[in-house]
Amino acid sequence: MDTLDLLLDGMANALTPQNLAFAAIGVLLGTFVGVLPGIGPAMAVALLLPITYGLDPTQSFILFAGIYYGGMYGGSTTSILLNTPGESASVMTAIEGNKMARKGRAAQALATAAIGSFIAGTIGTLLVAFLTPSLAEIAVEIGAASFFAIMLLSLVLVTAVLGSSKLRGFIGLFIGLTIGLVGLDLSTGQARLTGGVLQLADGVDIVVVAVGIFAIGEALWIAAHLRRQPIDVIPVGRPFMSRDDWSRSWKPWLRGTALGFPFGALPAGGAETPTFLSYILERRLSRKKEEFGHGAIEGVAGPEAANNASAAGMFVPLLALGLPVTATAAVLLAAMRTYGIVPGPTLMTDQPELVWTLLASLLIGNTLLLVINLPLAPMWARLLQIPRPQLYAGILFFASLGAYAVNQSAFDVALLLVFGAVGFIVRRFGIPILPLILGVIIGPLMETKMREALDLSDGAISGLFNEPLAIAIYVLMALLLVLPPVIQRVRGRPLVPHELAERSDEQEVGR
Amino acid sequence: MAATDDQQATETPRVDKAQYVLAAALAAVGIYTLVDARGLTVGFGDPVGPRVFPYVIGTVMIVLAVLLAVATARGDVAEGEAGEDIDLTSPPDWATVGKLVAVLVLNVLFVNLLGWAVTGALLFAGCAWALGSRTLLRDAIVGAVLSVSSWYFFYVGLDVPLPPGILDGIL
Repeated sequence: MDTLDLLLDGMANALTPQNLAFAAIGVLLGTFVGVLPGIGPAMAVALLLPITYGLDPTQSFILFAGIYYGGMYGGSTTSILLNTPGESASVMTAIEGNKMARKGRAAQALATAAIGSFIAGTIGTLLVAFLTPSLAEIAVEIGAASFFAIMLLSLVLVTAVLGSSKLRGFIGLFIGLTIGLVGLDLSTGQARLTGGVLQLADGVDIVVVAVGIFAIGEALWIAAHLRRQPIDVIPVGRPFMSRDDWSRSWKPWLRGTALGFPFGALPAGGAETPTFLSYILERRLSRKKEEFGHGAIEGVAGPEAANNASAAGMFVPLLALGLPVTATAAVLLAAMRTYGIVPGPTLMTDQPELVWTLLASLLIGNTLLLVINLPLAPMWARLLQIPRPQLYAGILFFASLGAYAVNQSAFDVALLLVFGAVGFIVRRFGIPILPLILGVIIGPLMETKMREALDLSDGAISGLFNEPLAIAIYVLMALLLVLPPVIQRVRGRPLVPHELAERSDEQEVGR
Repeated sequence: MAATDDQQATETPRVDKAQYVLAAALAAVGIYTLVDARGLTVGFGDPVGPRVFPYVIGTVMIVLAVLLAVATARGDVAEGEAGEDIDLTSPPDWATVGKLVAVLVLNVLFVNLLGWAVTGALLFAGCAWALGSRTLLRDAIVGAVLSVSSWYFFYVGLDVPLPPGILDGIL
């Protein structure tokens, strides 16, 4: 009841005409940028960061809420209408969604994706509102040692459990951790890894790192491998669904939500696993199994809902613990820091109004998304035909502008280029970007907690293990690392060989 | 392409030589991290100090570099990131990348001198040209509109005055 009251208060704050306008602008901008090929939600948020510089925190959060969900929605449109998903979380949507579009059912695929995203996003956001306060209350009691363990767990999970190559995951993570070291040591004020460059003393601006790695790195990588032949875009009318489509969609929406939310909320991070599980589940449960692989609507409805529910779930660790678990969350955290807002256990009590307004604006943004974007779908589809030279020139333009505008210094733009080069190199060598970005953000937090814990124990290493919660987390971490290979060996086959193999087949056919 | 891959796989494992370079670079970063951390002083009454974390990170980085080199020798080949506009079957187009980097570097060098309104327009037109656009005049006009309007957007809308450069007094 309490939560509902607070959420309604937040609603009242967010529902002023001016704030509604910001939410609508956010949704439109987010979708616009998200639809553009090559731009995922994380890059969308990073690129659009500068436009919030002059706003107050509440308004900029409202804008971000719209940009975030808009960017997610834009990404699903792209993957349905082109068979080449821009990010791993949309891979599953692309499989059935693109088949549907090729069979002339693009309108229905877009509709089930949009409505499924709306339902999952709404349920997910409500769950965030109900879970975050109690989690934050518990989290206030968590000691430095356990906090360190939680952060380590999330980094290990993102690095070792997700992704195809553990070695590459860890390389990404440690590149990120090294970048995180640059700057003055917080407690002694000594410069680390600055090479004597004064501008580096404050550390590298995370916005510059994110925009460099996401936007410049991506644009350079695409430039090196630009598809020269035109790509065929499937034209689409206004999305709608028949009665049959509705009856086949609603259960997958709910099941996808149930799968997606926990994966987003746990520090396991990422929408890849739940969308994949949702796809398999829907195929098992479907009455029309033969349609899977040829455009089954359940195969779009379930994974899209899972994708958006996990996108909402990520706000639980972000707001309650200050712990980002996805690349987008990392960029959002950076955005909050530029306003001097530090998410974490005390945020709920320090600035409750801000948090509740943010949650309310997520709900509003989600609704606006459905209302605005269903009629606009044909227009968004036309965006996919934008000529590529101008598209990527535009991305480079706005990325440089964003980095320059932070401090009006050419040094930041040069730094942006350096991180662009890093972004290019990690793409060339298949090193995952998520652990890298999380390493940059979480590394310094981890060091602070580690030193806090060890200061208390006067340097004895036991200071990291003197809380039951910390020990439980280390045990869990060991199990997660050891069990999958063992199970694999005992069963004599990998856990998910069949579908993964099929997935790569699909992509090959699509080429 | 697929056929030659198969042949190579059956004869000798293909070695991704560039990965050795990456491994060497990572090792260098790791060593630099360690050397840099050695120069830090640990105060009295500070049981941990600023050194421990860089020591751990630098050491693990070197270990990872060695592991990568070993994996490469055993035939580990990097798989580049796929995407909507990416065609991984074609060899990398270094000319385009080089031109883009040149345009971006020029922007860094001249942005304070000429101002964003000028270099931004050149940046957009230059990048579009590098990526294969042949409508130079149109790109220059679009770039100029984008850079001037973004300058005014920051100046008027966000109260962030970007340096006007040579257009001081005109903008």
